[in-house]
Amino acid sequence: MNRRTFLKAMGMGSGILLGARPRVVYANESLPDAATVLVDATRCIGCRLCEEACAKENSLPEPDLSDRGVFDRKRPASETALTVVNRYTIEGAEIHVKTQCMHCSHAACVSSCLVNALKKEKEGPISWHTNCMGCRYCMVACPFEVPKFEYHSAAPRIQKCTFCYATRLVNGQKPACVEACPMEALSFGTRSEMLQEAKKRIVHAPDIYVSHIYGEHEVGGTSWIYLSPVPFGQIGFRTDLGTTPYPVLTKGYLKTVHGIDLIVPPLLFGLAYLSRRKRDKD
Amino acid sequence: MDMQTTTQTFSLAQELKPKKPYLTPFNIITVPVILLGAVLIVMRFALGLGSVTNLSQDFPWGLWIGFDVLVGIAFAGGSYVISFMYYILGKKVYHPIVRVTVLNGFLSYSFYAGALVLDLGRPWNAFNFLIGNGFGVASVMFMVAWHFFLYTLLLLVEFVPALAEWIGAKRLWKAVNWVNLVAVVLGITIALGHQSGVGGLFLLAKAKIHPLWYSPMIPLLFLVSSMFAGLCMVIFEGSITSRAFRARLSDEMSSTHDIIVINLAKVCTGIMAVYLALKVFDLFRGNTWALLATPFGAWYLLEVAGFVIIPGALFFSGSRKESLPVIKAAAVMAMIGIFINRFNFVFIAYNWTEPVRYYPSWMEIVVTLTVIFTELWVYRWVINRMPVISERPRWAREHGQNKDSDDKLYQAV
Repeated sequence: MNRRTFLKAMGMGSGILLGARPRVVYANESLPDAATVLVDATRCIGCRLCEEACAKENSLPEPDLSDRGVFDRKRPASETALTVVNRYTIEGAEIHVKTQCMHCSHAACVSSCLVNALKKEKEGPISWHTNCMGCRYCMVACPFEVPKFEYHSAAPRIQKCTFCYATRLVNGQKPACVEACPMEALSFGTRSEMLQEAKKRIVHAPDIYVSHIYGEHEVGGTSWIYLSPVPFGQIGFRTDLGTTPYPVLTKGYLKTVHGIDLIVPPLLFGLAYLSRRKRDKD
Repeated sequence: MDMQTTTQTFSLAQELKPKKPYLTPFNIITVPVILLGAVLIVMRFALGLGSVTNLSQDFPWGLWIGFDVLVGIAFAGGSYVISFMYYILGKKVYHPIVRVTVLNGFLSYSFYAGALVLDLGRPWNAFNFLIGNGFGVASVMFMVAWHFFLYTLLLLVEFVPALAEWIGAKRLWKAVNWVNLVAVVLGITIALGHQSGVGGLFLLAKAKIHPLWYSPMIPLLFLVSSMFAGLCMVIFEGSITSRAFRARLSDEMSSTHDIIVINLAKVCTGIMAVYLALKVFDLFRGNTWALLATPFGAWYLLEVAGFVIIPGALFFSGSRKESLPVIKAAAVMAMIGIFINRFNFVFIAYNWTEPVRYYPSWMEIVVTLTVIFTELWVYRWVINRMPVISERPRWAREHGQNKDSDDKLYQAV
């Protein structure tokens, strides 16, 4: 490193440390135009055609749909299966729930990434990019435990549901899983449309649904929202996450550090000067 | 100010040669470990992290982040605390240990933050945050990474006087002495940011860390604990160095060792009292008292009572009675407490509801030991050659007519 690049780096560094503010937008706007999928757990029959479509779309190993044994225990999504359907038996009734990345409106993973490798695209999906350094902070941050890491690769990727962003959404197509669903358990549209649709279903059939849309307010809102016949805590959802968007958790602290970086140096110079003068007098 | 007094000429070839004896216990233990660790590191890069570590989708961070980075950085906290007390508050008593602490800080940051590269899945992208291939300014990790990088550079600047004395570069020495206080001030500032920042990382793990440990105060708790952790390391490392390198110790160093340790013990007592008060305050804040009656509560009490209150009390009585063994025992206990605390955040109280737990593999442990031992080799090499704990060259001591170089430095401001 020669002197010039060193000084440049130092200048850039202090600029970033002192000047730049984290640009995180949340407020109350709920991204009404974001691409959103409504999952209706009352309609899902656990056929897992969505799993198969997802595997094909992402060139991952295809699941054996005839194997009903997969429902014996709860499966998380993984680096080779970006979406999975789980079965919950509640008072004799079988309820099937599809899981995948929730594509949060104000995501913990996006705010955690130090190189913006996880990006909230303007259409709504959160996608992963290859400038990732593999620190796995997103995995620590995500309240839904979504990002998965390829531990047995020399060039590992963070794997998670892509919302078929680059392969389908940008071409005006629905995600592969939505298209594959034979039961219309998955509906695709804008966030405001899907919220409206969900509310309509609850109003029309209040006996079938619990009166709650998971993802409307959870962690500040998500772009995959759920309807359920039973309380969400019974079908594998965390109900303790609150409605605060995750980036808020670090925002105040980061502001404090910027303040420290500005205020502390003059204080230290002053203290050094005072202690020096005091000793000269003694 | 006679610049002609240095008669020895500097020879790099001579300096690079290893010094005898070769078959010391230290060498016999460390060389095989380092060689084995090197093989494991090759394996890790060829086959992926899963080939060497027990990391999983549920526990993405393990021993390497927990020890190498979190504990290592806390133990390196001595460099900013000692710099603050000596350069800013003008506590002259710490003069003999400033250099060795800065050296320790620099090596810790280079090796432990450097060991982060081993843990990165895609290390070829490690410098993206520096070169602008994505500035994630909303990320605490981004702030910590920049602070790590700048702090390591600043510690290097602080250490340049010793380098200059070693190679006899008098002009460089004079030039650096002028910028030294600037480096110290920026260094302390930046240390506040990243020592709290390594805790700040876990603010996002709200859904995963046990409520006894999760708190909006994590950054402050990490910062305060890094202060006493760093000083405990200074005490611990000082007692080893003064024994292992007895022949190299300057008169000033060997005559002041005890009084410095007693002073540090007093400072530790105060900082640990503040830390304890913050921990108790945090229990009120989160109203988590009831959780103390659970198994995790017992583990929490062991950490706080066993490894904060007891060492704090030992520091107090040790400094009053001026008993070095008591103080050293306190330092070791407080350091164990730091291990427990940092490991809690990374994998013990993290995902605490998960039935399948993370334990480090033997290979992770060997690689961690490799990092530590390699650092100790470099440390030994530097101590044996440069004026760190040993007498400075006469020209450097005589500079400025009996005032030492650091006095000169104050006048520069």
